[in-house]
Amino acid sequence: MSANLTALAYLIASVLFIMALRGLSSPESARSGNVYGMIGMAIAVVTTVINPNVVSYEWILGALVIGGGIGAFIARRIAMTDMPELVAAFHSLVGLAAVLVAAAAYYNPGAYGIADADGLLKLASRIEMGIGVVIGAITFSGSIIAFGKLKGLVTGNPITFPGQHALNAAMGAVIVVLVILFTIGPDPQWFWAMAVLAFVLGFLLIIPIGGADMPVIVSMLNSYSGWAAAGIGFTLENTALIITGALVGSSGAILSYIMCKAMNRSFISVLLGGFGGDTVVAGTRSDKPVKAGSADDAAFIMKNASSVIIVPGYGMAVAQAQHSVREMGDMLKQHGVKVTYAIHPVAGRMPGHMNVLLAEANVSYDEVFELEGINSDFSNTDVAFVIGANDVTNPAAHEPGSPIAGMPILDVDRARTCLFVKRSLSPGYAGIDNELFYADSTMMLFADAKKMVEDIVKAL
Amino acid sequence: MDVANSIDPFIYRLAIFVLAIFVGYYVVWSVTAALHTPLMSVTNAISSVIIVGALIAAGPMEMSFSKILGIVAIGLAAVNIFGGFLVTQRMLSMYKKKQ
Repeated sequence: MSANLTALAYLIASVLFIMALRGLSSPESARSGNVYGMIGMAIAVVTTVINPNVVSYEWILGALVIGGGIGAFIARRIAMTDMPELVAAFHSLVGLAAVLVAAAAYYNPGAYGIADADGLLKLASRIEMGIGVVIGAITFSGSIIAFGKLKGLVTGNPITFPGQHALNAAMGAVIVVLVILFTIGPDPQWFWAMAVLAFVLGFLLIIPIGGADMPVIVSMLNSYSGWAAAGIGFTLENTALIITGALVGSSGAILSYIMCKAMNRSFISVLLGGFGGDTVVAGTRSDKPVKAGSADDAAFIMKNASSVIIVPGYGMAVAQAQHSVREMGDMLKQHGVKVTYAIHPVAGRMPGHMNVLLAEANVSYDEVFELEGINSDFSNTDVAFVIGANDVTNPAAHEPGSPIAGMPILDVDRARTCLFVKRSLSPGYAGIDNELFYADSTMMLFADAKKMVEDIVKAL
Repeated sequence: MDVANSIDPFIYRLAIFVLAIFVGYYVVWSVTAALHTPLMSVTNAISSVIIVGALIAAGPMEMSFSKILGIVAIGLAAVNIFGGFLVTQRMLSMYKKKQ
């Protein structure tokens, strides 16, 4: 296959990848889009394998079968509630693969046709390789920490220490110097020094970031994995990698932006971390009386309502309550109640997390609405049923000076009655009290989310 | 050819890169918020096209450090490719609309 044909095949693969992303504009077209993506990947792999420089297939086949088998097994078995962890784990693999491919190209540049007269990596490819390796290593270790935090292996609270930002900045500066040194003289010590240092920096960057900021971080690491791939693409002079890296990089960047905007926080403030966790603002805890209710009370109120909006949050995912929630919704519909779902962009631990869980529980996607699509409906709704969400409903967001000031919230307080399923009155991630708990129109349902919903279903 | 008058191929690649960022920007803004999780899993799968770099490293007959790195990278990328596309497919099959 000539170099031109190879380049054309990579172009076709890239176009198919664009179509895969384009398909995601609606659930119907998304399914065929995903197939386009698979075809594109198959074209890219086959084109590379029939390249005249690739002559030994045993190991390639072995690695493909083992890796593919593990991937397929995980894809089949993973619980939908664990999707954020899975995505973080996958990001770390892309990062590590980028570092390994860069190292492979560094030790054998001739195979890629990017060697200079001395058989060393040519000058023009070095700086791109340096950038690719650094971003890849940061993606790898950062994603491992994100995975650990999501999985609960590492505390979800921010881990901070004095001088943290100064240390990170210093490490960043040293890495830049190492990339320059590597560009001037590509010695192995510079290569591995920048890889290892970037690896450590990835850990340090993610540890100060709290659990509920994970939607931003997971999106950001998604973006990084794309930029790493693009960097390696420049090094290897491979257009498929450059295009795909650019697509993924901008996709992750847009998602990070959407998530930051949904919290009214700047990307920088999320990155600097230290937000939330155990740092409860002292003295804000109210002593006001709270109206608590039972499952029977909740069932009675909702049965006699004409419309109910269900507001799910991370708590629903933790309790795996999505199936019970759908069951409750079905029962209510049998009683003639109009049931819809309202999803805040940062509900859960990754973008779109709640949508996937509701889809898994067989909730029709035309009953599920985003913030802008449904917020005006709360004022003529009988019951807002909040399950496992807190900060995204907190009216404190309307008050200047509050830690969540300006954050767009779901206006559940406008509903005639607000039912809150929660274990306790503890504040949410932002560490501030939710005055809604003490409102006259609110009834607290203190229990595990799943248990409470199951009891309500029984009472219905 | 006169070196001063020829365009370095790097510039073409840079042009492709910049244009692809714009394509990505407009395509991703049209993705519905309900599908943001499948978006992440599918971008995961396609960014593993980095496997092409690994395949070239693993291609030569004789065993070398470079080839070992390539083989490991193929395995990692394959986990992502199969895992990413299949889990996306699984998720997408769950998005249903009632008749």
